[in-house]
Amino acid sequence: MDRVNVGLAKRYRKERRFRLFGLAAIIASLLFLVLLLGSITSKGWTAFQQTQILLDVYFDPLALDVKNLATANYASLVNHAVQVLFPQVESREDKRRLGKLISSGAAFDLQKMVINNPELIGTNQALWVVAKDEVDMFAKGYIPRNVPESERRVSDKQIAWIDQLAAAGRLKKRFNTTFFQAGDSREPELAGIRGAVMGSMFTLIVTLALAFPIGVAAAVYLEEFAPKNRWTDLIEVNVNNLAAIPSIVFGLLGLAVFLNFMNLPRSASLVGGLVLTLMTLPTIIIASRASLKSVPPSIREAALGIGASKMQTISHHILPLALPGMMTGTIIGMARALGETAPLLMIGMVAFIVDVPHSFSDPATVLPVQIYLWADSPERAFVERTSAAIMVLLFILLLMNGAAVFLRNKFERRW
Amino acid sequence: MQKIGYTLAAASLMLASAATTTMATEGRDYISMVGSGTVYPFAAAVAEQFGKTSKFKTPKIEATGTGGGMKLFCAGAGVDTPDITNASRQMKKSEMEACEKNGVTEVVEVRVGYDGIVFANSKKAAPMQLSRKDIYLALAKQVPSPAGGDKLVANPYKTWKDVNPALPANKIEVFGPAPISGTRDAFTELVMDNGCETFPFIKAMEKSDAKQFKAVCQTLREDGGYVEAGDNYNLIVQKLETSPASMGIFGFSYLDQNGDKVQGSMIDGSIPTFENIASGKYVVSRPLFFYVKKAHVGVVPGINEYIAEFTSDRAWGKEGYLAEKGLIPAPAEERKANAEIAKSLKPMVMK
Repeated sequence: MDRVNVGLAKRYRKERRFRLFGLAAIIASLLFLVLLLGSITSKGWTAFQQTQILLDVYFDPLALDVKNLATANYASLVNHAVQVLFPQVESREDKRRLGKLISSGAAFDLQKMVINNPELIGTNQALWVVAKDEVDMFAKGYIPRNVPESERRVSDKQIAWIDQLAAAGRLKKRFNTTFFQAGDSREPELAGIRGAVMGSMFTLIVTLALAFPIGVAAAVYLEEFAPKNRWTDLIEVNVNNLAAIPSIVFGLLGLAVFLNFMNLPRSASLVGGLVLTLMTLPTIIIASRASLKSVPPSIREAALGIGASKMQTISHHILPLALPGMMTGTIIGMARALGETAPLLMIGMVAFIVDVPHSFSDPATVLPVQIYLWADSPERAFVERTSAAIMVLLFILLLMNGAAVFLRNKFERRW
Repeated sequence: MQKIGYTLAAASLMLASAATTTMATEGRDYISMVGSGTVYPFAAAVAEQFGKTSKFKTPKIEATGTGGGMKLFCAGAGVDTPDITNASRQMKKSEMEACEKNGVTEVVEVRVGYDGIVFANSKKAAPMQLSRKDIYLALAKQVPSPAGGDKLVANPYKTWKDVNPALPANKIEVFGPAPISGTRDAFTELVMDNGCETFPFIKAMEKSDAKQFKAVCQTLREDGGYVEAGDNYNLIVQKLETSPASMGIFGFSYLDQNGDKVQGSMIDGSIPTFENIASGKYVVSRPLFFYVKKAHVGVVPGINEYIAEFTSDRAWGKEGYLAEKGLIPAPAEERKANAEIAKSLKPMVMK
């Protein structure tokens, strides 16, 4: 007893230290997480707002020929509407600069409006139009006012005009609907994530549709039917191995098999889904096998004992009990697939695609690729859009992982 | 629970069959482009404008790098290969041969404008005045011995002051693109080769042993003086901001967008401005190209119209929207000549 007491204080100290290490590890990782999220949100939240300018547009019947609405010069309508606000601007150069306050997308918006409703011709309309990205950056304070004119993308005159517009209440930050409704664009103020989100969705549908049934079937066979011999050992080793392979290898495989051999279209979400299926299959198989294993043998024996066939045992008892674990594994695999870019590079999904994809064979890109492309763009307004797109991606991942936790808690049976 | 499982399985099987039946094997109704990351922002701007103003679909553009683009472009003449490849350097003879071998015989070359490569540092530091020789001496793996003579030694220079006494005593640390990038190719060709040729004995080597010459001039040091920063130039700009003593190499459009953060160094007496690059006064500039597969014109809809949009004055002209994006317009006659080639689709002839 004395010998125990001698060492007791030391053992307590050791235990405290051990706990402290664990706590420190958690605090450190939380700190990094907060740092990451903080820097992303602080940069990205402004992208959900967009500077817009109120113009009084006169739909001039002389400029708009009813028979030829698609080809009319809508940009001149916009320019005219800005010039009306600043009658003192006269030189051609200044007028050109004045026109640059407004995004080139405004003309296309007007075009859409007129084509949808030709009765607008000849009327005056007060419209909020999207401002050019540089105006937006200036209004949000990303372009400093107090540096020499040559060092910023907004000239002194433009700043004066912007101030004038703001004072008249014609310049406002409004919710950025473009960001959620448009596809990619080279003009930051017109760029959106809709195309990438749709691409991600199509890709994940293909992945889920293929990976889940194949993965579950493989796991059931390996766990319930396969004999234990050298071959199944070999398969098991290979499955575990595949789960750890760098994803770019799957991209190379996809390029060789799906594009070059099967002649599937390049850049299509179908091929992306196939490649990501290959990538997520091992994860799903491993998770499914683990959850099949965790079903107690007594269930199996009881079912067999009252005369159920092997198939009935599996489909009536084991599979339903193992399903929550399988779904959790699948969702985690899907979440990983959602964040992948490397394998998609090889099959042409790292691309500039403006049109929002509508089918599995349309050229498409995915959210992480969109983030990568924007991060690489020189225009400064893409910085906040990059962060905003990351926020959207993180939100979707959070939803998916949340669903995994929910499914587990709701359906899990403890023995 | 069981029902959920079955419906899930059934739904996924249905989806799987639906997905696999939508394989598109028929022709393509949009233009497919690959190639240089430097030309990508310009091509994308044109593609977008083209998609919005014409009845055609918006072209798809992959930034694969100039070399990667050539490889895909020359892989064959079928519609499953790209129609256009963008390049930040001219097509090489070996690439043309690969093209011809695979049945791509008629290729139209269009020169779209210029891009300047800048050597920049943070606004917090003093602007640098460099010569191409200084840059060569600071960045090459092997340099002529500082003691004199025709001997090459491993680069001994640690600071800019060691290279040239007129420069500040900052440690040599340059962030630049990796070898797969066309910007890197152009940089080694325009700056390193040129700086290296200022030494007569190396220049003589160019004639006697071209391979050796290339190795001496184009191999960059690997001891930390030159840091490969991948292809993300925004990252280089950010790094320069946090370490004012460092330098960075990137395309002019990044300097143009970040004028409040970084400044371009004077190279051989001129600073990188829009005007200096356009007039040719700033020496580190290179032409940009795109190449069209003539066999696809008329097969894939819209190629003619896309080329017409790119070569129109409102796009690549002095006041065009590409100048806004950082493309340096070519002189008027050159633009005219290239627009002519683009219109008539005259295939290029390799010299």
